[in-house]
Amino acid sequence: MSGLLFSLSNTVLATASNGHSGLSLMQILMIVVPSTLLWAAPLVFTSLGGVFSERSGVVNIGLEGLMVIGAFSSIVFNLTFSDTFGSATPWIALLVAMAAGAIFSILHAVAAITFRADHTVSGVAINLLAVGLTMFLVKLIYDKGETDIIKHSFGKVDIPVLKKIPYIGEIFFQNTYWTSFVAIIVAVIAWFFIYKTPFGLRLRSVGEHPMAADTMGINVTKMRYYGVIISGALGGIGGGVYAQSISQNFNHATISGQGFMALAAMIFGKWHPLGAMGAALFFGFAQSISIIGSSLPFLSNIPNVYLFIAPYVLTILALTGFIGRAEAPKADGVHYIKGSR
Amino acid sequence: MSKRLINILTPIFAVVLGIIFGTIIMLVSGYNPVDAFIALGQGAFGDVYQIGEVVRQVTPYILAGLAVAFAFRVGLFNIGVEGQFIVGWLAAVWVGVTFDLPAIIHLPLAILAAMIAGGLWAFVPGLLKARFRVHEVIVTIMMNYIALHTVNYIVNTKMNQGSSKTAKIHETASLRSDWLSNLTTGSSIHWGIIVAIICCFIMWFLLEKTTRGYELRAVGFNQDAAHYAGMNVNKNIILSMVISGCFAGVAGAMEGLGTFGYMAVQGGFTGVGFNGIAVALLGGNTALGVFFAALLFGILKIGALSMPLAGVPKELVDIIIALIVFFVASSYIIRIVLERFSKKEVK
Repeated sequence: MSGLLFSLSNTVLATASNGHSGLSLMQILMIVVPSTLLWAAPLVFTSLGGVFSERSGVVNIGLEGLMVIGAFSSIVFNLTFSDTFGSATPWIALLVAMAAGAIFSILHAVAAITFRADHTVSGVAINLLAVGLTMFLVKLIYDKGETDIIKHSFGKVDIPVLKKIPYIGEIFFQNTYWTSFVAIIVAVIAWFFIYKTPFGLRLRSVGEHPMAADTMGINVTKMRYYGVIISGALGGIGGGVYAQSISQNFNHATISGQGFMALAAMIFGKWHPLGAMGAALFFGFAQSISIIGSSLPFLSNIPNVYLFIAPYVLTILALTGFIGRAEAPKADGVHYIKGSR
Repeated sequence: MSKRLINILTPIFAVVLGIIFGTIIMLVSGYNPVDAFIALGQGAFGDVYQIGEVVRQVTPYILAGLAVAFAFRVGLFNIGVEGQFIVGWLAAVWVGVTFDLPAIIHLPLAILAAMIAGGLWAFVPGLLKARFRVHEVIVTIMMNYIALHTVNYIVNTKMNQGSSKTAKIHETASLRSDWLSNLTTGSSIHWGIIVAIICCFIMWFLLEKTTRGYELRAVGFNQDAAHYAGMNVNKNIILSMVISGCFAGVAGAMEGLGTFGYMAVQGGFTGVGFNGIAVALLGGNTALGVFFAALLFGILKIGALSMPLAGVPKELVDIIIALIVFFVASSYIIRIVLERFSKKEVK
């Protein structure tokens, strides 16, 4: 990660020295926007995962652990098969991360839905298990505390065609990352799925009122399993994106709080896919500013602690109702036991 | 089988299952589990030094476990012990380096400061829960990160004495003693264990023997019934979070005044708070249960440090702890099995 931060701040410095008398707004945007998109992409994927799980009525504190699994599996796959697949490796590794996250999330589903474990406790167990298991495997496979740096990562690209749009192209579509745009597209697809299809209606209904849904012939258990497994898949992708575009290797601190920030984004986005995406983009902005902010003229005087804590403070304020009240699905975290009232 | 027996058997089953699964993982990975467990045992009990280290590790686990357990008993999930722990640590160290007082005042004052800091940090989620019905789990998670970044900022900018650490606390505020240290051939054991045991007693007394404790438990069992009986539910919710935070703050003081004697910038969470959740769950949210569960986890954690001697990564213990939490959480299924088992016996 330090390598990337170094290159980021180098870009800033280089641009700054070209401008001589400070940065123009255009130059600032050309630095801030791609970096925001970079940091937001993993949060977007993971917070969408949270939306699927919680909309079905299963609280998912385990997002952090699912990201850890995704990050680990993508890095291991990337290191092992980079010669076979060449530059396509990160994308295939992302699919591997998705599968690994989905499989791992079944544990949470079994505990929280079938075994009626407290959702939060089961989520905590998922987080503890993910870190323990992946670090155990890292030592087993590589015989050291962290993996090597991957050869093929998600690099900077210019998006074809769109990059030629004057101004907008330069800000949004140059020196940027494919994964960020995939994340935004996935968010729109998730919105369509949850709000415009029968599947989405069923998913939401078991999260709001499982007994009513059951009466209408919807299999509550099955829908909730789907919700959790989709969240595992998206959380895995989120971890894979983070590991392959930001950290570039895997160790115990690769994922440190990204999952909880995604959880915050989901709440700040009021359990809505597009809201979660917006919040994730905003939190990505706060994160990128906290890192490159010291190089920007108007931010260098503000201690970056404010930017570090901004996402969390805002989430608390949103929950409290100061920024439009965020309401969880009615049956979020409630077990559905047939026959009970 | 009586309910009481099942309540005791369930956590034991969870621990056994966790160890069995840990063994299976070792076998599958090609390690020798017998060697690994012998190494773990020697790492925890090999000589007095190791025992001293275990006691040192158990101390914050007891307090963090009490913090989580206390909130649980009132029906609240304080996942923010980690944050309250960090602010308590900083507050204790701040008192430890700032004031010059005789030990009889200085040490209690430092612990009190940690209590207040932890309590205040937990007051926020308590208030929001009582006043706005905001779920405490989310708020406490957010408060954890706010604590981490804020404390790091303060240590880095206001109290930094080189290499991102605060100055050492004065001797008068220290829980360390040469006598204890020499007794255990130089381990980092300190008097904090006495504080932790006193706190166990306080929790038991408070919950089981006082009117206030009765009210708190009533709120935990059924808020509506407690309200109907004329108890002030909101006040009890806030109070329980604050007391829980106080325990967590004292846990932080143990690190600040005992184990380390300073505060350093934290790269990430220490894990004490999250292990506290495991301790509380395994201990069935009772003071005595928390004590034994903390002892078990302390032994596992310190013993794990010697597992690489048998070639096994120490993370295996983290896996076992996670699995134990998992099985305790899924105790519904263990209970079902136990109850079936006992019904067959009767027939």
